[in-house]
Amino acid sequence: MGGMHQILLKIGPAAFRIASAWRQPLEQLEALYQDYPQPTGEHVDFTVRLEPEKPWRRHIRPSVHIGGDFWLPDAAPLPLTQGLLAAEMGMNLQMALGWRRHLLLHASSVEKEGKALIMTGLSGSGKSTLSGMLAERGWRFMGDEFALLSLDSGEITPFPRLISLKNKAVEAMQQLAPADRFGPEMKATPKGDIRHLVPPKEAIARMDETARPTLLLFPRFGHAPELRDMGQAEIFVRLTQASTNYVALGEAGFHALTRFVDQVPTRAMDYQSVEQAEELIDSLWSQLP
Amino acid sequence: MMRDARPLVDALREPASVEALSGSQWTDLISIARAESLIGSLAHRLERVTMPGRVRAVLQDAIGAHDLARQQALWEADCAQRALADYPGKIVLMKGTAYVAANMSAGVGRSIGDLDIMVAREDLTVVETALLDAGWEWVKPDPYDDQYYRDHMHELPPLIHRERDRMIDVHHTILPLTAGPTPNAGAILNSAVRLDNGLYVMAPADMVLHSIAHLFADGDLAGGLRNLWDINHLLRDFAAADEEFWAQLDSRAKVHGLVDELARALRLAAAVYDTPVDASLAGRSALTDSLYVRRLLARDGYGRETRKFTRFAFYVRSHWLRMPPLMLARHLWTKWRKGGKP
Repeated sequence: MGGMHQILLKIGPAAFRIASAWRQPLEQLEALYQDYPQPTGEHVDFTVRLEPEKPWRRHIRPSVHIGGDFWLPDAAPLPLTQGLLAAEMGMNLQMALGWRRHLLLHASSVEKEGKALIMTGLSGSGKSTLSGMLAERGWRFMGDEFALLSLDSGEITPFPRLISLKNKAVEAMQQLAPADRFGPEMKATPKGDIRHLVPPKEAIARMDETARPTLLLFPRFGHAPELRDMGQAEIFVRLTQASTNYVALGEAGFHALTRFVDQVPTRAMDYQSVEQAEELIDSLWSQLP
Repeated sequence: MMRDARPLVDALREPASVEALSGSQWTDLISIARAESLIGSLAHRLERVTMPGRVRAVLQDAIGAHDLARQQALWEADCAQRALADYPGKIVLMKGTAYVAANMSAGVGRSIGDLDIMVAREDLTVVETALLDAGWEWVKPDPYDDQYYRDHMHELPPLIHRERDRMIDVHHTILPLTAGPTPNAGAILNSAVRLDNGLYVMAPADMVLHSIAHLFADGDLAGGLRNLWDINHLLRDFAAADEEFWAQLDSRAKVHGLVDELARALRLAAAVYDTPVDASLAGRSALTDSLYVRRLLARDGYGRETRKFTRFAFYVRSHWLRMPPLMLARHLWTKWRKGGKP
């Protein structure tokens, strides 16, 4: 059995132990998560394991297998240069398969005056980039991957992990955020070119502060700017698809989601630039009750 | 860091033992319990013990997850029963689904994957056709695998339901046909116990012996701690309910040719979980018992499999027990040529 290095991380309500056969991904995590608090009493919810895919792949063309308390049988290994991405994917996997204290929506979220804007959509819709952009323009960043919907209060709890920027979004964000908040460049990963961005300090300091969901958007990048109403049935079904644990929560998940759909105004939003999106969002936000 | 799964076994046996754990030891214990599919059982065992808030929340999540697993398992049994409504023979639930359907302590917090049922061997075609009609499909379309199951296994090739994505294993006995012992499947069906919903579970002694056969002969002791935990519960409950239980267990072990396996399992349950067992059935301890315990506990605090050599030895042994040498060689050769793992 090879030795393991480890660090503990707390992101929003969840705490992780990341164990790795190599120091490098942990050193990168340590640097990027340095402003985050440590889990109290060293108690964690999940363990992520980064291990050589085969024993000899620790040193020769090192290849990282993502494992841990929860795992998928056919997860593809990543080269060690993408170890940081492997760690992030490992944490997401633990949340997606193991977290039951909230309904998880695959969505980004930002907050103003205690009210949360939630953006959900397929990969490439721009939800992650939009949340990162808005976080530099007066909104509080709550998360770019999961919005955690409370099962009883209906509030959204932040999960402000590193913002995962892809392809052209990296350059766009470099215009807005200082260089020391960016992680290493990872070219040609299974998810494209990736660079992580540390959320603004305020987002980290206030990561235990919940917000009331106030507006839900389904953004779609690359189409002429437009806002469309959506039927409740369509919203509901698309959110069940966007949730990783809707089925696993049974009746509690159903109640949380129906209440959310009943109460939160929702629009589909097409846009071609962040400026257009911001304009559409501001116009909607100002009309909210 | 915890070097083996001993702390998990200690926690299950003696819940108060966890009150001394440090933060990092809790983390190790949780990883081990998740890896051994015993987190739900552990969560129920520790319900009345003092522990840190985050650990309590983790275990509460496990209880919730297993409540749902229980509901899904019962629903799946219900679906199979409806698909087989016209089948006049007995449908016997096995393993986890049987434990929850019969409300047994072995079912509390138990993880349940596939639905396992047993029917008479001569009815396999009827049952298979009815299930295919009701939406189940073949998982292994490979003709070699399919034929292998039909000729040599104790169950049909696994079927999966195309809408619910759940697997069913239809057994006609409790050990592969190529294994040494030949359990009496007819006797198991004859004495099966009817539940209120019309499905059956095995009679106590048969249920224990099936669990034991599953532990040893039907695998390489993977998931062994969980299987042995089942056996621990079954033995305690049946022995407490019926004075004649040990005598029945003795006579049924002879009927099924599982006397040695029973003795070994009793010794392991007593060694690992302090299960009270009948001393004459358990027999004298063997030197190899400690190898079994070593294999059962081969898991470190990160949840990783350890003791690779011991594991491999048991893996080879499981195939050795499953089929005669020449057949094993032919089987491994065929599988190797197909590029899959044996």
